[in-house]
Amino acid sequence: MEYSEHSIIVESLTKKFGSAKAISNLDFSIKHGEIIGFLGPNGAGKSTTLRILSGILPATSGIALINGIPLAKDPKKIKNLISFMPENNPLPDDLRPIEYLRFRAHLKGIPSKEQKKQIDNVLSACNITKTNQKHLIKNLSKGMKQRIGIADCLLGSPSIIIMDEPTIGLDPHQIIAIRELIHSLKGQRTVILSSHILSEIEACCDRVIILNHGHIVAQGNKNSLSHEFFPFNQYRINLNTTKEELESTLAPLIPNLKIQLNTAQPSTFVVQTPQNINLPHLFFTNLLTTHLHWQLQEITLLKPTLEQIFIACTRPAWKSTLPTFTKQKIT
Amino acid sequence: MKRFFYLLRFEFKNLLISPSTYVSAFLFLSLMTLIYLVILSGFSQLPHNTPPSTQFFQTFWLPVLFMVPLLTMKSVADEARRGTLQTTLATSLSSLAFILAKFFSAYLLYLLLWSITLCFPFIIQQFFLPHSSLHTSLLFNAPSIFGSYLFIALSGLLFIAIGIFTSSLTRSQLIAGILSFSLLFTLIICTRFIFELPFFSYSYPHSFTPSITYLHIFDHLNDFSNGIFDTRALIFYISSSTLLLGTSSLFIRSKV
Repeated sequence: MEYSEHSIIVESLTKKFGSAKAISNLDFSIKHGEIIGFLGPNGAGKSTTLRILSGILPATSGIALINGIPLAKDPKKIKNLISFMPENNPLPDDLRPIEYLRFRAHLKGIPSKEQKKQIDNVLSACNITKTNQKHLIKNLSKGMKQRIGIADCLLGSPSIIIMDEPTIGLDPHQIIAIRELIHSLKGQRTVILSSHILSEIEACCDRVIILNHGHIVAQGNKNSLSHEFFPFNQYRINLNTTKEELESTLAPLIPNLKIQLNTAQPSTFVVQTPQNINLPHLFFTNLLTTHLHWQLQEITLLKPTLEQIFIACTRPAWKSTLPTFTKQKIT
Repeated sequence: MKRFFYLLRFEFKNLLISPSTYVSAFLFLSLMTLIYLVILSGFSQLPHNTPPSTQFFQTFWLPVLFMVPLLTMKSVADEARRGTLQTTLATSLSSLAFILAKFFSAYLLYLLLWSITLCFPFIIQQFFLPHSSLHTSLLFNAPSIFGSYLFIALSGLLFIAIGIFTSSLTRSQLIAGILSFSLLFTLIICTRFIFELPFFSYSYPHSFTPSITYLHIFDHLNDFSNGIFDTRALIFYISSSTLLLGTSSLFIRSKV
């Protein structure tokens, strides 16, 4: 593996709490400037992994290299490279945002001369207005508190930013603003986001890593994951024909064909084909010329959403066996 | 080091704006004023062998039992409960520096509160002495006052370290306070009276007696107020507080 290309390399990372394994043999790498989404159901081990990477929790075994430096060897140096925003964004209630950021700037070892400039920059980047700066943190809205947490993360220009649920409790406008802020970091900083809001991860991240029961069950970008977990194409077709006629026409041409009639919309079918079949091409070059009475209104390739991919790879074992069992019983 | 001193200043400032500090300061000063006045009134009626300052410091355990828990119970427990401990330890600041900043801020405040009692003899001399039968030399017994304050400063290291230690054990301020009170009570009061229990006078192995007497805080006070500077006490307070603070810094790592 090329160490200079990657800001994080994790090999066989394991963390045990007593006899229980929170994470087990995690292997992944993150390139410089990438934005990575960490997904998984509750208790999957996301927060544990993020806390290990931020240097506040030691791993039981395995290797984590941050910018080529082993985390266990020099945690102090690595903590200077990483900014971590924990879940629920803990903040002291009795400080004003500016006082809190000044305190954090000191703890992060930012030189006194640069502190004011850096604090002003992060305040404006996170849109924390002068009016809000005058209030105590405990009197601010949830959204504003989240922004203060993110401002703290950006302080000190860390090369790696780790955020555990950064948009939790925000309204849609605030989510979009935070998303744009994270997007603006692309290429400059390595960002790891953990979130349950899949649309947000889909919009922000270059790649996702999905954890379940402490194991990585999938990693890659959306296209590669959809190929892995949905090894077929699905098309929505609006055509003035019956299901039987469509099936009898397509079945000789396409193996493993599945057609479903959309009961909500008349003449609309969902057709499932193998990945190597280009259904629009087949229609326009072949079928529409032989079936002149067919009027094709729509043919759309349906791409699986991240939510569908997430459900597919984190489905509990008993759920994945249930449909098969039911189907067998009916037939 | 620069970060440690900043954190120490920050923590001390936080203590100064904390309501529990003012509650403990008010209780401490009220109680100590009352004790001082009662002692002086006793002196004005009957002659005593020991100076008033020695008798005054014999009651040190009374304020310690409530003041130390009040000053320290919030320090680590509240940070762990809120989660701010995680963000602090996510910076390159070590857990030991964090604990030491908490410790020294509470210790400085503890010393500050005790130092206010230095004013008592001066106030008495200024406003009350001309109207009473007390002599100035009784109020200003320099060796006794110096030795007693040295004892307060030294024993304070251990007492505050106990408070910080109990605060690092739990996320609940209340539990930390109760634990701190219990440990201080055991250390100061129980070790004082342990040999007076009938059970111990018969069955306790005599080889352990020096070890137990080594822990007698009241004996240390007697030595210091009589002008005896015993290095065994010095080593006891410094080593035990170091051990407690080191252990606390290990405990807080398990809380993040």
